Amino acid sequence: MKVIKEKHTFLMRWTHWVNFPVLAIMIWSGLFIYWANDAYGISIFGYSLIKFFPEWFYNFFHIPQRLAEGMAFHFLFMWFFFINGLLYIIYTIFSGAWRELMPNKNSFKEAWQVLLHDLHIRKTIPPQKKYNAAQRIAYTIIILMGIGSVVTGLAIYKPVQFYWICWLCGGYHFARILHFTLTIGYVFFFLIHIVQVILAGWNNFRAVVAGFEVVEEQQALRQEPITTEKTEDSDENRS
Amino acid sequence: MKTDHKKKAKAPLTIEQKIKRRNFISFGAFFALGGGAVAGWKWLLDAPEETPGITGGTRAPLRRALNKTELFFRNFFSNNHLVKTYDKERAAKTPRVNSLIGIEDDEDFDITTWKLHVKLNNLNSQYISIDEIKALPKTEIVYDFKCVEGWDEIQHWAGVRLSDFLAHFNLEEQAKKQYMGLETPNKAYYVGLERDSVFHPQTILAYEMNGKPISLEHGAPLRLIVPVKYGIKNLKRIGNMTFSDSRPKDYWAEQGYDYYSGL
Repeated sequence: MKVIKEKHTFLMRWTHWVNFPVLAIMIWSGLFIYWANDAYGISIFGYSLIKFFPEWFYNFFHIPQRLAEGMAFHFLFMWFFFINGLLYIIYTIFSGAWRELMPNKNSFKEAWQVLLHDLHIRKTIPPQKKYNAAQRIAYTIIILMGIGSVVTGLAIYKPVQFYWICWLCGGYHFARILHFTLTIGYVFFFLIHIVQVILAGWNNFRAVVAGFEVVEEQQALRQEPITTEKTEDSDENRS
Repeated sequence: MKTDHKKKAKAPLTIEQKIKRRNFISFGAFFALGGGAVAGWKWLLDAPEETPGITGGTRAPLRRALNKTELFFRNFFSNNHLVKTYDKERAAKTPRVNSLIGIEDDEDFDITTWKLHVKLNNLNSQYISIDEIKALPKTEIVYDFKCVEGWDEIQHWAGVRLSDFLAHFNLEEQAKKQYMGLETPNKAYYVGLERDSVFHPQTILAYEMNGKPISLEHGAPLRLIVPVKYGIKNLKRIGNMTFSDSRPKDYWAEQGYDYYSGL
């Protein structure tokens, strides 16, 4: 029979959905700033492969000549990005949710198996808990990236007052490159994330809005007076 | 669920009903908050531009945020926080020229008759020649010059430390005011500096670049080098110096940029 199972707490859902538009605004205003000195690209043996960014891209998103506007937006929304991220980190630490989110010693092997499964190379998938190994790695890296954006951002923003942060980031010039690269990373994360969410389906998506998922549970299991924790234990035993 | 116990007449909700109810509440709240966020965003996008004055050119709420953020970050300012310096060999041989506002548009400028005009008060002024300035102890700095556009370049400047200059010409009383204003002789370019940056030990009035007199396009005969600010504050060809307790005019702050622009 169908059973409602709690999945994501309110704070996890809140910080997730606040971060989405805030990060979008940070990337958008960041492009206004980057445009004023769009020095980066990828080249191999002197042959330019990618230029960040081509003219059509700037024109399509109405980016040129908006540096001052970009800085004004960026230096307001940086506060929301920082506070929201801090809230999430503090919450995961004190609630113990980090245990489900941080990779453990099996995660890297399992993540490889998950990847093979997702690419339809491998038939079976390692036993899944709330977050699979690939998710644990991805959702930990994305938090580290967020911290990285704040730190490199501070290094560029106040390189004299926070000279030691600037030094940690490899100097002013390199900190700007890191800050930019992290942003490109968010875009890739977002694209993969969207595909995964679509593939995972409605039940999974609903859990990030409503907090619960609906699972089929066998009648036999229900008769025993077991707590949800025990079912998780039995999950673990299977692995 | 507790309400179910009270109203025994009603049958307890089935699992399907519970799911429906929670879906409705959650997605209702989700879309209501999302709509609120969109409305807030639209409000900000359509917010009126600030009244042009000392600052201008940006949305009023964003200007308030810039000013508040300035106040927060000014807490971290210290004269002990120095910009990183480099060896002379690392300095650019031909430093970048990015803007000539106040220089290329001044055909009447005559460098041979130039004197720095320091406005002491409404009635009195002091005029200081370049030779008097060059007679003071020289301070050199090789540091990473940072432009608000995002580029940076290691440059080598020399001149008199601004605090030394103020002490020598008995301007310390005037400099107790909160701000210093600087202008080009034709008043086409102008900046305001708060007192902290004026007295920062690396702030200099420069007359040499790479060991030679500054060229006209880099701001001869005397320019400001203030490493704790973006390039936009490093005024070339200083003509007038003023002191005030309110923010002096600032060229780029009128065009939507942060007044402080501190690093």
